[in-house]
Amino acid sequence: MKAGDIGGYRERLERTVFNPLTQTSVGFYLLVLVLLGVVGWGLYAYIVQLRFGLLATGLRDQVMWGVYILNFVFFLGIAMAGTVISAILRLTHAGWRTPITRMAEIITVAALMIGGLMPVIDMGRPERVWEIFVYGRFQSAIVWDILVITTYLIGSLIYLYLPLIPDFALMRDRLSDGASTIKRKVINLLALGWQNTVEQKHRLEKAIGIMAIAVVPMAVMTHTVASFIFAWMLRPGWDSTIYGIYFVVGALFSGLATVLIVMAITRRVFHLEEYITEKHFRYLSYLLLTSLLLYLYLVVTEFLAIGYKLKLEEKELLNLLFTGQAAPWFWFFIIAGFVIPAFLLVFRVGQTIHRIITAAIFINMAMWVSRLLIIVPTLQVPQISESLGVYTPSWVEWSITAAAFAGFILIFTVASKLIPLVSIWELAEDAETEAHSESTGEVAEAG
Amino acid sequence: MADKNKDLSRRGFIKKSLGLAGLLGVMSLPVPQLMKLRKDSIAGRGLTSKNPANQAQLEGKARAWGMVIDLKKCDGCVNIETPPQCTQACINGHYGPNGQQWIEVFEKELAGGGHYFMPVPCYQCENAPCANVCPVAATYHDEDGVVLVDHNRCIGCRMCMAACPYQRRFFNWGTPKLPAAAALTKYSPLYPVPAVKGTVIKCMFCAHFLHDGKLPYCVKGCPTKALYIGDLNEDIATNGAEVVQFSKFLDENSAYRYKEELGTQPRVWYLPGYGQLAGRTPRDHRPLMPPQWLWGDDDSNRCVGIWPWGEDF
Repeated sequence: MKAGDIGGYRERLERTVFNPLTQTSVGFYLLVLVLLGVVGWGLYAYIVQLRFGLLATGLRDQVMWGVYILNFVFFLGIAMAGTVISAILRLTHAGWRTPITRMAEIITVAALMIGGLMPVIDMGRPERVWEIFVYGRFQSAIVWDILVITTYLIGSLIYLYLPLIPDFALMRDRLSDGASTIKRKVINLLALGWQNTVEQKHRLEKAIGIMAIAVVPMAVMTHTVASFIFAWMLRPGWDSTIYGIYFVVGALFSGLATVLIVMAITRRVFHLEEYITEKHFRYLSYLLLTSLLLYLYLVVTEFLAIGYKLKLEEKELLNLLFTGQAAPWFWFFIIAGFVIPAFLLVFRVGQTIHRIITAAIFINMAMWVSRLLIIVPTLQVPQISESLGVYTPSWVEWSITAAAFAGFILIFTVASKLIPLVSIWELAEDAETEAHSESTGEVAEAG
Repeated sequence: MADKNKDLSRRGFIKKSLGLAGLLGVMSLPVPQLMKLRKDSIAGRGLTSKNPANQAQLEGKARAWGMVIDLKKCDGCVNIETPPQCTQACINGHYGPNGQQWIEVFEKELAGGGHYFMPVPCYQCENAPCANVCPVAATYHDEDGVVLVDHNRCIGCRMCMAACPYQRRFFNWGTPKLPAAAALTKYSPLYPVPAVKGTVIKCMFCAHFLHDGKLPYCVKGCPTKALYIGDLNEDIATNGAEVVQFSKFLDENSAYRYKEELGTQPRVWYLPGYGQLAGRTPRDHRPLMPPQWLWGDDDSNRCVGIWPWGEDF
């Protein structure tokens, strides 16, 4: 890029990225209306559940956890997205991450909010949640979960906010015409008096650097502690030392897949084709393939270890998974989670983005099922009686699950109207550096 | 105030905050937990089962309730053609919600292909997985070693149910339908009547009876006197008809504990058998009869319709 183009590039960038903030289409309102409808329906289902108790679910004494806990683990997994993309890639100086970091971070925040809500919905006595803060025992994984998830959420919010400051300043400078007083004041406040001075920039970079390092252990802890809810139990399949890393890698896997899907959608909807290019999809797909192989490795070692010994209850679990009631789900998980995506990611057949997105969609479906396979079949295995536990989610559970997904999309959609989905200042800075290095004769990495 | 703030040096501030944090930390430990910490430091964990007399000396008058179930005497009540009387007595005495068998009799296989009956109450484990995982100390050991549930505190997360390797915990999924008499009872964790919606419930050895020198419902209800309740500290147990020395009784009858290898240290021991003393043979194929509830309907068999406007709700 020539130095002369920078001005034009920057102007175009601001125009494209600010466009959704200034103009709202009918489609947007329609989408929000539909999402609100689904969330409202979920709310109604929850009221039914409050009234009749958890009797309104398909849960019973033997299989006492179901889709709520499943969604909890699934959404926590998705929350890994932001950390991988924005923190780990920042720490490894992967320059190509810039246009996707903010989206990834929004996904993290939204997923943590929804995921953190699920255990409360699962409670028989939700009005007593406060007791955890008053009588909480550190011996219980739930207390750890609350600590870690709130820490991770706050950390992610800070990490989302910090790189937003210069963009808020830009909004203050560019978009204040015609905006309401309140909106102007809020943006003014959020911009924290940013004037783009060298000192401010230096401090911001430092703060972002610290948070990038801080959120990585937070993410690892979140998934590890979520796994403790299962790994600390004397149950077939759960009673395993592999669970911590198993959940971390699983989260990596589904988090990356989610980022890819969200990238593809926002790119199309907000016309970000110039900034989110095929290169980004390709690079992320390498990471996705790596995490696929890691996850496959863990799944194989896990099943090999228990399948070789065939302890009584674990044998029953394997029967259930491989050939029993859960077999359709299990083989769906294997085929949609590993076989199809591996084929799609390795062999370059067809259009790159379509190919990668198809893989990502399959992976996310498979990962939801994988959470189901972790929770339900283990609980179905009888501990003392002879009969398998039964579980069929009720309409209440499905409604709340649908509302959870709708809520997740809703948070993202609303965020896309309030903040720029792409970090303008960082992208402009990248372009300037690139132009600079080109003009001084250095060979710039050209994607 | 302004002057005071000026005097607040950095060091002083850090000191004060640390003190406050420490105080909050201690306060966040629930009372039973603190008591338990104290007790653990005196007695040491799992000592009771190894050396009952020692524990008694250390803990003064505290009891350590335990149970022995003589399977040689248990015929599952098939001979008298009734539901297991231990279960039935428990249900009747506790107004047990429909579908919950706090003490439940299971049919288990013998090595040669016959089968025997195994009554299973809560094992009141010393290293109780359920009490370990509870986030709010709603389930805890009382001073006599019985695992109780405080239904005014239980948040209904069901961690304890996932933790229990014996399926001995039950959840009140809906509002339990109980007879009117249940409502007149004064609730206590020792006698959790009436059952509370959205909380976990279980057998508690009828510990409220034991202090008064009365027998638990199941022990009293057993027609063949197969159940013995006793105190490990005093080393004594009874089934209501005879009194035995707890430790000697276990030794001389090859007692075992179910799933001993898990390390939960149950306080319920079994003496192997198939009901021979009650006149049952291993190949007797008469099945158990299900217990009866005179109230409620079996919630475990209920389910909501596919649609909100469907049959049930």
